[in-house]
Amino acid sequence: MSVKLNTRQVGDVSVVDVSGRITLGEGSSALRDSLRDLMAQNNKKILLNLSEVSYIDSSGIGELVSGFTTVANSGGTLKLLGLTKRVKDLLQITKLYTVFDVHEDEAHAIRSFA
Amino acid sequence: MDTTSQTLLDQDYPSTLESVDEAEAAILQAAASVGFDEDEQHRIGMSVRECMVNAVVHGNRYNRNKIVHVGVSRAGEQFTIRVVDQGEGFEFVEVPNPLEEDNLLKHSGRGLFLMGAFMDDVKVRKATPEGTEVTLVKNVPPLQ
Repeated sequence: MSVKLNTRQVGDVSVVDVSGRITLGEGSSALRDSLRDLMAQNNKKILLNLSEVSYIDSSGIGELVSGFTTVANSGGTLKLLGLTKRVKDLLQITKLYTVFDVHEDEAHAIRSFA
Repeated sequence: MDTTSQTLLDQDYPSTLESVDEAEAAILQAAASVGFDEDEQHRIGMSVRECMVNAVVHGNRYNRNKIVHVGVSRAGEQFTIRVVDQGEGFEFVEVPNPLEEDNLLKHSGRGLFLMGAFMDDVKVRKATPEGTEVTLVKNVPPLQ
């Protein structure tokens, strides 16, 4: 299964529900396009829900990092929600876990943007 | 200890992203057959994916006239994967450490690091007459 993305608005926060695999090719480019669209629409509070993401490779990690820096450089904030154990392990191994603001609970994550 | 080498996979793949998926699936099957659990299969699969992406994208540069050779064998306690491309090759020492502060937020450069984190041994060398050969080794778990 490749990646699926669905964006919904919760107050002024754009929540992107991601499911499937974020890997080189379709998966990572779909994520990049989705974040680019949100930025183009001036959405500056973005929460990536990764709870249904089964697999991320180094290209997917690269897209997360690029998204994070692009949003931050535009004055916005990108946060992560619901990491699976494997994704969490991957971010810890690559020392990126502390770079991102990671949340377990959506309501808490939404409030943290205030 | 039985050190007889058993070939589990010996396959040439075209330089496409589909080959990455195919090689990963084939090696996952081989890893399961020798007794690796799901977490170890995931680590092996991910290492193979990173290795195949390097071979297809950076080594052979998607050139459909070039192939990536993948060999998988088991000898004693060692499960060994060899991935050989036909690219120009590179020096292992040239790869920057992705954990250094200056590199932490870079888009790419984590593939080899992840292979090293997930496998018991990783060797990279220039192949003859051309290309890069990456050897990934994982120790097979003892029978329960």
